[in-house]
Amino acid sequence: MNLAVRDIRHKLGRFLLTCLGLSLLLGVVLSMIGIYRGLVDDALSLVRAPAADLWVVEAGTRGPFAEASRMPGDTREMVARVPGVASAGAVTYQTVETAYRGQTLRLQVVGYEPGRLGGPAAIAQGRGIAIRHGEVVVDVRAGIALGDRIRLGRDDYLVVGLTRHHVSTGGDPVLFLSLRDAQDLQFLPKPSTYRRDQARGAPPPATDTINAVVARLDPDTAPDAVAREIGRWKHLGSATQAQQEGILVQSVVEKARRQIGLFTAILMVVSAVVIALIIYTMTMDKMREIATLKLIGAPDSTIVGLILQQALAMGGIGFGIGLTIVNLVADSFPRRVLLQSEDAAMLGVVVMLVCVLSSGLGVRLALRIEPAAALGG
Amino acid sequence: MDDLRPLAELTGIAKHYGEGGSRVDALRDVDLSLFPGEVVGLLGPSGSGKSTLLNIIGCVIEPSGGRMVLDGTMIYDGHPTGGDLRRLRLDKIGFIFQFHNLLPFLDSRDNVAIVLELAGQGRFAARQRADELLDYLEVGNRSRSAPAKLSGGEAQRVAIARALANRPRLILADEPTAALDTQRAAIVMDLLRKVAREQAAAVLVVTHDEKIFDRFDRMLRVRDGRLEAGSA
Repeated sequence: MNLAVRDIRHKLGRFLLTCLGLSLLLGVVLSMIGIYRGLVDDALSLVRAPAADLWVVEAGTRGPFAEASRMPGDTREMVARVPGVASAGAVTYQTVETAYRGQTLRLQVVGYEPGRLGGPAAIAQGRGIAIRHGEVVVDVRAGIALGDRIRLGRDDYLVVGLTRHHVSTGGDPVLFLSLRDAQDLQFLPKPSTYRRDQARGAPPPATDTINAVVARLDPDTAPDAVAREIGRWKHLGSATQAQQEGILVQSVVEKARRQIGLFTAILMVVSAVVIALIIYTMTMDKMREIATLKLIGAPDSTIVGLILQQALAMGGIGFGIGLTIVNLVADSFPRRVLLQSEDAAMLGVVVMLVCVLSSGLGVRLALRIEPAAALGG
Repeated sequence: MDDLRPLAELTGIAKHYGEGGSRVDALRDVDLSLFPGEVVGLLGPSGSGKSTLLNIIGCVIEPSGGRMVLDGTMIYDGHPTGGDLRRLRLDKIGFIFQFHNLLPFLDSRDNVAIVLELAGQGRFAARQRADELLDYLEVGNRSRSAPAKLSGGEAQRVAIARALANRPRLILADEPTAALDTQRAAIVMDLLRKVAREQAAAVLVVTHDEKIFDRFDRMLRVRDGRLEAGSA
């Protein structure tokens, strides 16, 4: 007969409460891993959206995500003419805050030329931008309804399309608008500033500025060869898609990754200590029963099995409940929680290992209990 | 009974704790033979060495000196003989405790069956034998009850059923009637006498309970670690 199961059934309420407590702890661990995955995926979603092979940026910078990069607006035409480049698109990136339905909304604004590279990877609802001014496509995370209007700078824009999973490295939803609108939003000074500059005799502001050019290459064209060609223009630099993704992950999310990794490691240690203490206490509660079992001739393997099985059951049930809870509440997190089955499976294995190791204290205690203790009266 | 071979034979058994100035002699030069079918009472004040003697005969602790044979198996001969004492306890010794020590997470039947399963019997056979024993001890109607739901007398009878499960040759009882009233104590002692006769087992009962003195075939008294014949 399985003594572990019988003992659990005997104190089912207490055991389940313990599992629930552990599940919350493991749920936090899962959330941290999910937030990290979400962070990286979100960060990469922005750089992957144009599906480019090459990123052309201002020379000496690693822009447009890791550093500021500003180039003349005609750079796109120059890049498009380089042999091996199939298509190119100019893009701008900026962060704006605006009011929407009485709440402050922070958005990552991407300007691109409709019909060229740089727009959203896919439209989930509605359509893409069709005219040069006044239309935007925004991620559903912004909470803006299709057909609604949103004010950016001095103008109102009509939301014509919605995307999914287009957010910045900071978790802000991405809003796409035409390059001209984005340039005005970013580079056109306020009327008061404009009037002051004119009064000073300053030249009109140059708004035809972009942050990067994304290029798609002809099949069988080596990105490095095109990058070398572009590098001959001293004011331009370039990075392949893989390099840009690497820059983004290493420069922009590296600290967050380390932070979350450290938290996760600390939480795992805390979980291990908690599991060890629970198992130890459960064993302490059964000292007399264990002594009796030993006295009537139960082998050590029976005692060890009792403790190990309970530890594994607690870890397994706690992990299962934790996974369920996190899956249920993942969408309520301010940041995206991306739970990957491989991560969950890996954590499950780690939790089981931790349970086995943590039960060592309880097993040690149990093996030290003398059968004579049962005769103590 | 003198013509029978003793089930337990202790010769010159000693037990001490500590060494030098802190040495405490719990038992000194104890000779004891327990024969099949007899119920022996072991009396003595607290700290006299009763429990130590019970633990030694029950193969729970090792003596410091002397010689001990259990059912023909040499257990100690001036030094441990290296036998599997756990298996010996499982197969040949039944224990009855003052507070029954039933496992709270098993019902009465499984508290008995576990001993049989530990000895290698299948679950069905073990439960069948457990039911027979519980019926024999007139607690068959409580076979599915948890220990917490049993009265003191019922729990002690289930504990006796557990002690008898593997048909032990030696039954060691530590204050089995201390928590029972006179009537129930008498029932328990009569059961032990019955088992001793029917299964040719030796029963050694450590007790202070004067109301059961008349149920013993003979009584022994431990005083300052020495064993002497007692009287009821």
